[in-house]
Amino acid sequence: MKYRVFDHTADLGVEIYGKTVKELFVNAAFAVFDLMVDLQHIKTTEVRTICIEGADWEDLLINYLREVLYLFNGEALILGEYAIKEISPNRLAGEVRGESFESGRHRIKTEIKAVTYHQVLVRKAAAGWIGRVVFDV
Amino acid sequence: MSEINLKRIDEYRWMIPPVGGMKVPGIIYSSEELIRQMGPDESPQQVANVAHLPGITKYSLAMPDMHWGYGFPIGGVAAFSMEEGVVSPGGVGYDINCGCRLMTTRLSLADIQDFLKELVGALFMDIPSGVGSKGALKLSEREEKKVLEDGAKWAVQHGYGTPDDLEATEDRGRMVGADPEKVSKRAMERGKEQLGTLGSGNHFLEIEVVEQVFDKSVAAAFGLEKDQIAVLIHSGSRGLGYQICDDYLARMVKHIGELGIPLPDRQLACAYLNSDPGRDYLSAMACAANYAWANRQVLMHRTREIFARVLHRGPREIGVRLLYDVCHNIAKIEQFPVGEKQVKLCVHRKGATRAFPPGHSSLPARYAKVGQPVLIPGDMGTGSYVLVGTEKAFKDTFGSTCHGAGRVMSRHKATKASSGRSIAKEMAAKGIIVMAGGKGTLREEMPEAYKNLDQVVHVVHEAGISTKVAKLRSLGCIKG
Repeated sequence: MKYRVFDHTADLGVEIYGKTVKELFVNAAFAVFDLMVDLQHIKTTEVRTICIEGADWEDLLINYLREVLYLFNGEALILGEYAIKEISPNRLAGEVRGESFESGRHRIKTEIKAVTYHQVLVRKAAAGWIGRVVFDV
Repeated sequence: MSEINLKRIDEYRWMIPPVGGMKVPGIIYSSEELIRQMGPDESPQQVANVAHLPGITKYSLAMPDMHWGYGFPIGGVAAFSMEEGVVSPGGVGYDINCGCRLMTTRLSLADIQDFLKELVGALFMDIPSGVGSKGALKLSEREEKKVLEDGAKWAVQHGYGTPDDLEATEDRGRMVGADPEKVSKRAMERGKEQLGTLGSGNHFLEIEVVEQVFDKSVAAAFGLEKDQIAVLIHSGSRGLGYQICDDYLARMVKHIGELGIPLPDRQLACAYLNSDPGRDYLSAMACAANYAWANRQVLMHRTREIFARVLHRGPREIGVRLLYDVCHNIAKIEQFPVGEKQVKLCVHRKGATRAFPPGHSSLPARYAKVGQPVLIPGDMGTGSYVLVGTEKAFKDTFGSTCHGAGRVMSRHKATKASSGRSIAKEMAAKGIIVMAGGKGTLREEMPEAYKNLDQVVHVVHEAGISTKVAKLRSLGCIKG
């Protein structure tokens, strides 16, 4: 399981899993788009480079998700592939791929409007990594 | 909400005594029934968290529609000293100046009954709504900056409305201090094609009928009477406001880390009002507030056009007139009595409405004697309330009251609970025509997902922080 949804009265919370911290971040980006649209048959014609910084793992996760969400909100891209080349608690470099959003072809399931800091968590567990993020929807 | 100790003060108020790092107590306006319904909701903890912020004055407040937000609770009100206090983007919310606008008409129920379906259909077709919806308006960067500086005035100057509309808008639809230079390229980008769009989620445009009048003289001053048709618009600053909040949250999380101020939740990130990040945020926030007012002004203008077209009547005969426009996600510098003195404070209202008393200098002349109209939207099946601001609110709640019904069920839970049901058909059975773009929207927004509006309004009325003027019933609704 890459992620699971938990209840939050006004918003949408997700718990994210990964064998490594890198996988956790990839799965978190996947969760953002998987919650919003049907990710089957997404083309990967558009490529964007991502390079972001953070104060710690939590801050880095929020900033990373913010960046991928902006590509939807600001550039109308649906992302299907999320590659991370380099990751440390203060820096992430990678690449994402996807296609342009077309309202006829893509149906929005839930619109994620923002990534919040509320109760954000990234920690190493016994069998990998766990993260928690609350989205504004 | 493990360690939160709620101490009852009177029939409609509960106190959270200050413990640990809390600088002031928390006060929650509610009722026994609403407190009971709250269940495991963590909003009382959030009321306590807000009380930790530097410079908070008197108390951290919550209105009866309070529910779990992030950082601040939804329904939260907090005021901060200009000298030692802070401003927090999370205390305003992402949708800066999300708010309501109520328009009255000269029409009665009998005038539109036969046209209702056609009206709702036309509104749905012609008013852009839904995820990422774009308007017919495309702004150049220069023009967008003017919108950010001038707000609803820009809209009226460009033919979307009349000067009389501005009279009936909080702050006359233009917040001072807006500086587009403090707004990021990304926010500008998101704002350029969304002016005049409704948005998605809980935003809506609703045709209503005045069902009950509680206070005849105030209703008369507001131009409201039984059986009258009215239109309520609930929308905000769209992607531009979200981006501004997001940009400044990131900046302030960093800033607060450097200052070393301990916060119970990073979403409470803030900056001192007399610091560069604090001032910059207020300037950018004012831009978003102005964008929202221009947006609701354009939406109102479209509604006027659509009514005239569908009903084949002249605008004067239909008589769409703005009763009032209020924001319910905002931070404002306002003056209040604190002890013996009048003090300027930065009041955060996150999911709360301003409720100023009769005689306040900020009121339009036509409402000076009765007080500020307060517009409280409900969920789809309920309609809405019009209340009026009071002296008690000015004294006790920094001139604030509730903003709506408030969620009790998460969107996820609502979708599950409504599985197999057609909410549109259920609404139709009650005589309400609903049209929504997003497939999941109606289920997420179903009436059971919200607190009972009557109960919420009962609390603020009995507590005296705004009083009932009229109740309106939904006839038709469009949603994103």
